[in-house]
Amino acid sequence: MKINVQHVAGLAKLKLSKAEEERFSSQLEDTLETIEQLNEVNTDTIEITSQVTGLENVVDQDAVHPSLTQKEALSNAKNTLNGFVVVKAVIEE
Amino acid sequence: MKYTPVIGLEVHVELKTASKMFCRCSADYFGQKPNTHTCPVCLGLPGALPVPNAKAIEWCIMIALSLNCEINLLSKFDRKNYFYPDLPKGYQISQFDLPFGKNGLLTLENGKKIRIRRVHMEEDTAKLSHQTVTLEAGNHEERVSLIDFNRSGVPLVEIVTEPDFSDAAEVKEYLQKLQQIVRYLDVSNADMDRGDMRLEPNISLSDLPVTGERKESELPKYKVEVKNINSFRFVEKAITFEIARQEKILDSGKLPPQETRGWNETKNETVSQRMKEEANDYRYFPEPDIPPLHHTASQISSIRDRVPELPDAKFSRFLHEYSLSKYDTEILTREKMTADFFEEAVHAGKEHTVSPKQIANWIINKKPNLADVLPASIVKEILQSNQVEVIDEVALKEVIKDVLEKNTKAVEDYKSGKETVIMFLVGQVMRNFKTKIDVALVKTQLLELLTNN
Amino acid sequence: MSLNTLTLKEAATGLSEKEFSSVELTKDCLQRIKETESTLHALVTLTESAALEEARRADELLAAGNTQPLLGIPLVIKDNFSTKGVTTTASSNVLRDYVPPFDATVVEKLKNAGMVMLGKANMDAFAHGSSTETSDFGASKNPWNTDFLPGGSSGGTAASVASDQTIAGIGSETAGSIRQPAGWCGIVGLKPTYGRVSRFGVVAMASSTDSPGPMTKTVEDSALLLNVLAGNDPRDATSSPKPVEDYTKNLRNPIKGRKIGISAKYLEDVDPEIILSFEEAKKVFEKLGATIVDIADLGISILDPKYSISVYTILQRAEVSSNLARLDGIRYGSDRESFGEEAKRRIMLGTYTLSAGYYDAYYKKALKVRTLIVEEFHKMFAQVDCFFAPTSPSPALPIGSSKNHPMFGEMADVLVEPSSIAGLPGINIPAGFSKAGLPIGLQIMGSQFEEASVLNFAHQFETATEWHLRKPTL
Repeated sequence: MKINVQHVAGLAKLKLSKAEEERFSSQLEDTLETIEQLNEVNTDTIEITSQVTGLENVVDQDAVHPSLTQKEALSNAKNTLNGFVVVKAVIEE
Repeated sequence: MKYTPVIGLEVHVELKTASKMFCRCSADYFGQKPNTHTCPVCLGLPGALPVPNAKAIEWCIMIALSLNCEINLLSKFDRKNYFYPDLPKGYQISQFDLPFGKNGLLTLENGKKIRIRRVHMEEDTAKLSHQTVTLEAGNHEERVSLIDFNRSGVPLVEIVTEPDFSDAAEVKEYLQKLQQIVRYLDVSNADMDRGDMRLEPNISLSDLPVTGERKESELPKYKVEVKNINSFRFVEKAITFEIARQEKILDSGKLPPQETRGWNETKNETVSQRMKEEANDYRYFPEPDIPPLHHTASQISSIRDRVPELPDAKFSRFLHEYSLSKYDTEILTREKMTADFFEEAVHAGKEHTVSPKQIANWIINKKPNLADVLPASIVKEILQSNQVEVIDEVALKEVIKDVLEKNTKAVEDYKSGKETVIMFLVGQVMRNFKTKIDVALVKTQLLELLTNN
Repeated sequence: MSLNTLTLKEAATGLSEKEFSSVELTKDCLQRIKETESTLHALVTLTESAALEEARRADELLAAGNTQPLLGIPLVIKDNFSTKGVTTTASSNVLRDYVPPFDATVVEKLKNAGMVMLGKANMDAFAHGSSTETSDFGASKNPWNTDFLPGGSSGGTAASVASDQTIAGIGSETAGSIRQPAGWCGIVGLKPTYGRVSRFGVVAMASSTDSPGPMTKTVEDSALLLNVLAGNDPRDATSSPKPVEDYTKNLRNPIKGRKIGISAKYLEDVDPEIILSFEEAKKVFEKLGATIVDIADLGISILDPKYSISVYTILQRAEVSSNLARLDGIRYGSDRESFGEEAKRRIMLGTYTLSAGYYDAYYKKALKVRTLIVEEFHKMFAQVDCFFAPTSPSPALPIGSSKNHPMFGEMADVLVEPSSIAGLPGINIPAGFSKAGLPIGLQIMGSQFEEASVLNFAHQFETATEWHLRKPTL
């Protein structure tokens, strides 16, 4: 199996150099080969465990708690304008 | 047309809970200063964790029950992974394979049943707006997007139908009914102008003349989705436009491409929104930060008990119980508040023998501001209006004389034998009084003065 | 004697008995940091003036008779715990300048308990590794031999505690990140049950296994710190509502007659020097009256731990790929081009295994094998009181060992992965030294929420041995 590294990088929003693409491609395939050992384990009748706590129905009541101030919320943003966070235009017109 | 439209619909309804879906920031974001309703959770700061809002979940189940859905007693949240600047975590917490509601139904006026595939709970994104700004650094202008995270994490319920609609009118009716239901439930303002409801029809054309339910194999080989429409009228227009556009392509022997399009209000047409192919691979997996949700059948039935009488049921009950016309009933049951007001007034009217019909007429014709009046006071007003005001006969005579002087033509007509003109003159007299007066009295007095003259 | 060499218990006693002040204690720690930091690089942020200010305030409170459990005690905290107003980088370039506007629940609890924070400890970037070599700010060094790695990802905290820069430290483990560096640096490291300590505010690695925990000089210190850290957090839906016990209560209980399970599967491919220490340790436990049983003799068969490597790799990479998606440089931090090689590699694998068509083959398969692992432990702990094994297959490895080993961490952590995947508590205890003078660590694992029992076994072992008293010369 050949991994389509460019496609995966696109999904992950990563820009990879040509060298990285090549390196990752072979490393990922090695890793996949290792983890495919799991196919030796029969799990035909086994249910999944996505959480180990056994907890259920952990919810909170619908009550408003204080928010951060606008200043706090924006304190780490590189670009802001009039209380908004600014990014390059996302819609081409 | 030789094709049958196959139309499905996804609707996002924003709930009006006090706090957001996964944090306790205020969900009342509309018109607030940007980025003042945020916290580490809805800003997606590192390490912040979601805790679901119990009320939002209950309301989502209520909507599902109102749409005749089965409820998945064992449910969970999943992560839907994709990148967009309005999605702070890089994933949206949604539901994948175990939505709260599935396999529901909504029946249209003509008896056609629209199947509801699923009703699930998720969170809203931040709000983007677009502007041209002059950057401090230089003099050049740049197109930018501004992000307000106040809306990020507000609870959203997504309602997905099977592709059971055949035209835009059916879609519109469904939407009106859905809007009415969520308003009856009092779980959303469902205000289109505020974006409380966002609509995404998917449209394709089939050459198989099937109406209603289609088997998987009877579906066309492509599907065009139109994203994020915020008015019923635009949905109708977009569907009509798409049907025509796709018909032309099919007629030329081609298959319209499977794609996502947007509605352009100014051009009155749908436009292709070229998205990267990978954008559709959402890599769903169970949300590890939220334990699964397990409802018992009795919990669900207690939620069901809290579902109020829904519009359709209320409509048929009003028709029978109060012997009203369909027209009146439709107006009275359009909003739950009106219907409730009407019924309270009917109750108050019983001891005064004011009939439901009289109350219905009063509400429909006088359009009182129901928020400001009490049902009992409406009854009082109706009673008062039925009493004929006793008026001074001298004053009446003065008015009649005045009317006769101003309407010499009518008087002549009457004298030359055109007796029907008398009702015109009665009307002219009545217009001079603000309250209801005895018509018979006016007529007698009029005739008397006419013959004496 | 320098006060910085004290244990938490000793320091707390000294403070409450007014033998010395928190300012004196803090100054000795800061002095030690100044002497050793250029060699060890255990910390990424030193909060010296804030620490002295907190120490002064602690002294006032102590004088006023306040008795919070950590009042005036200097600690270092791994840099993936959000600290309000103090840079929290997770040792990554992406978060180099990120200053959280909030405290992680753990930090909040430590502050309420009166701690003096000395600084933030180095780690593998985003906790991706078992060496600290993936730190974008450079690796930390092992205090026992600075040509060697301290382990990771909580390697900075481990090196700092082991070198007496601090009284104790806070780490976090996803699979090995507390126990393995504790083992390599010769200290006590406790990974609590998943859900026992809140994850809120800890830069997420693998959400379904991340567990914050104490890294200390003694087992008793570990219990004292866990008393502060443990408990339900309404902001972490996966944190347990189970009541918190006093974890120091059972420490002195005799372990006579109790059953300790072992398994040959945990000894395959393990360094002979470690096997030797393991055999010695068994004798110590037997001397204390405990029974050692091979779980195979109880009819319990377990999967080879190598399968846990696969399960863990799949789950962790997938969750990493999603957890790091929020780092887009918009609201904070730099953009995704600033990720280091290891983060990119993990994001790539996780993205791939979750992508269309592969979910069932990888992620779902891993979740199923996880069920088997959980069940195995369940069966095991129905018959034994704890499970005993080496922490790592080898003592500390030389600087540079992790380079060009995409699965270095997983291999180094093979023996802690099964219990991590199952969310069970485990503790590393110092249990010997290699001929080269590097520490050897062994681990005791227990059933869910059986921290008190695990700490009991560990404390009894510690009381019967002197490995934990040795100090590195720096």
